[in-house]
Amino acid sequence: MAGLRLANPTILASGILGYSAETLGSIVEGGAGAVVTKSVGLKPRNGYANPTIAQTSCGLINAMGLPNPGIGEFVKEIREAKTALNAPLIVSVYGFSTEEYAKVSKKAVDSGADAIELNVSCPHVKETGSEIGQNPKILKEVVEKVKATVDKPVFVKLSPNVTSIAETAEAAVKAGADAITAINTVKAMAIDTETTMPILSNKIGGLSGPAIKPIAVRCVYEIYEQVKVPIVGCGGITNWRDAVEFLLAGATAVQIGTAVALKGPNIFKAVNQGIDAYLKRKGFRSVEEIVGLSHRS
Amino acid sequence: MAYRIAANQLRTTRILSVKTESPTVKTFTFKDKVCTRAKPGQFLMLWIPGVDEIPLSILDAKEDSAVSVAVKKVGEATQALHNKKTGEIIGIRGPFGNSFTLKEGKILMVGGGTGTAPLLFLAKKSASKATKLVFVIGAKTKEELLFIDKLEETCSKDNLITTTEDGSYGIKGLATTPLERLLAKERFDVIYTCGPEQMIRKIFDLAEKHGIALEASLERLMRCAIGLCGSCAVGRYRVCRDGPVFTASQLREVKSEFGISKRDFDGKRIPLE
Repeated sequence: MAGLRLANPTILASGILGYSAETLGSIVEGGAGAVVTKSVGLKPRNGYANPTIAQTSCGLINAMGLPNPGIGEFVKEIREAKTALNAPLIVSVYGFSTEEYAKVSKKAVDSGADAIELNVSCPHVKETGSEIGQNPKILKEVVEKVKATVDKPVFVKLSPNVTSIAETAEAAVKAGADAITAINTVKAMAIDTETTMPILSNKIGGLSGPAIKPIAVRCVYEIYEQVKVPIVGCGGITNWRDAVEFLLAGATAVQIGTAVALKGPNIFKAVNQGIDAYLKRKGFRSVEEIVGLSHRS
Repeated sequence: MAYRIAANQLRTTRILSVKTESPTVKTFTFKDKVCTRAKPGQFLMLWIPGVDEIPLSILDAKEDSAVSVAVKKVGEATQALHNKKTGEIIGIRGPFGNSFTLKEGKILMVGGGTGTAPLLFLAKKSASKATKLVFVIGAKTKEELLFIDKLEETCSKDNLITTTEDGSYGIKGLATTPLERLLAKERFDVIYTCGPEQMIRKIFDLAEKHGIALEASLERLMRCAIGLCGSCAVGRYRVCRDGPVFTASQLREVKSEFGISKRDFDGKRIPLE
């Protein structure tokens, strides 16, 4: 997919356990076909004060605030992960400017990243993430600059918090994106009724988990109609049936994040076995045969 | 092992009572039904509205759903909590993590500072199963020794060994000071420990030398508490989900970090202070 060879179509989503080679290793052991690291920027960031998560009945809201040690320190983990992992390593990158995105991407690739995923969709940090991805002009600049700087595949992870995600995807592809990841979390908040206070220290965060799956499926469906590059579906996948739904909507692969907490790293194996059993039962020979199938039925 | 969504939902509750245990430690008790089932070694996340949310070992959980935590004043969040009075609102998530396994036979517990809290909870549950229960407790000074009365009650005065760094009470030195001699003359079936990690590392080394089973509770920076964010990772383990209680064989796997380094707020590996 987009120049990467994956043993299966399941990928660890960014932000989950992605600090170190060892924790990424346990995810690959759990059956993931590839892993995406936590988002890394040019400089270290401590992230927000706790509470950084708020559990709702149907999903999880988080506002971690992009904690990361900065690319200078993180290259060690990339090098270590590259030698230890038996699966493609995708490094998630954020920046506060076009130049930052390019600089961090270059260092990540120089130290062994197999691909870059541009975080232009984090909903809770100002002047990066979705503030980049929601502006087609800046998005185009960032993708073009990164593409001109690195010679590895560039995935662009999009925010659902836009008027038309298909148009955003098209802007990214026109600028050179090799694949689209959809979606990042949905902007959300939770308020405690007794104290009358927002729970998260940042007040606003991003919703993940089963609650956002129908939104994500719709986004993938719309993007598939607009662009030709592979789509990685992401949002609320907890079992094989969810994954198949994304494939039918047009995703070539899927990412799993929040459900890793619910079901542990072996969720990847379970989802893959479920996909295989489904393909067999329905008489399909490969995953490719069902990618986007719902558009033709 | 799956985490329970219901346990991770924030509940607000009022502080039932506040007890001063030492110049720096207070015990807070509040009602929380979900934590009633908590086992020794498990922790909860306590929200101090508008300030922070911090991980705390559970000191006690009773059938009437009264839950207690011992809190040492170490920074802004714990200071804000110390300022709170009976009737004020706090938030609770949890209980999280695994627990100590209850074992029979001759048991040794070693607690340093507020690390004594989960061990007191464990001692209460173990007392009826153990053929002998020896408790070593260490603190900086006499004033900082915690739960002495309750420990004497639980494991008898003769089996309670106290150490203070300044020698103001009991044996002068660290909680580890009397251990070498104790382990040389007496055979224990299991050691349970919680406290400063360098102390735990020394006890681990002693347990390895004497070939005694060990369970130790570790502490790390916590954010999500459900195994997602990676802030509390030690090697391939997540302290919040795979721990906080680890066996000697698990600790052997993470020897290059255990007692040596932790991850800072930005995820960078830094030496333990």
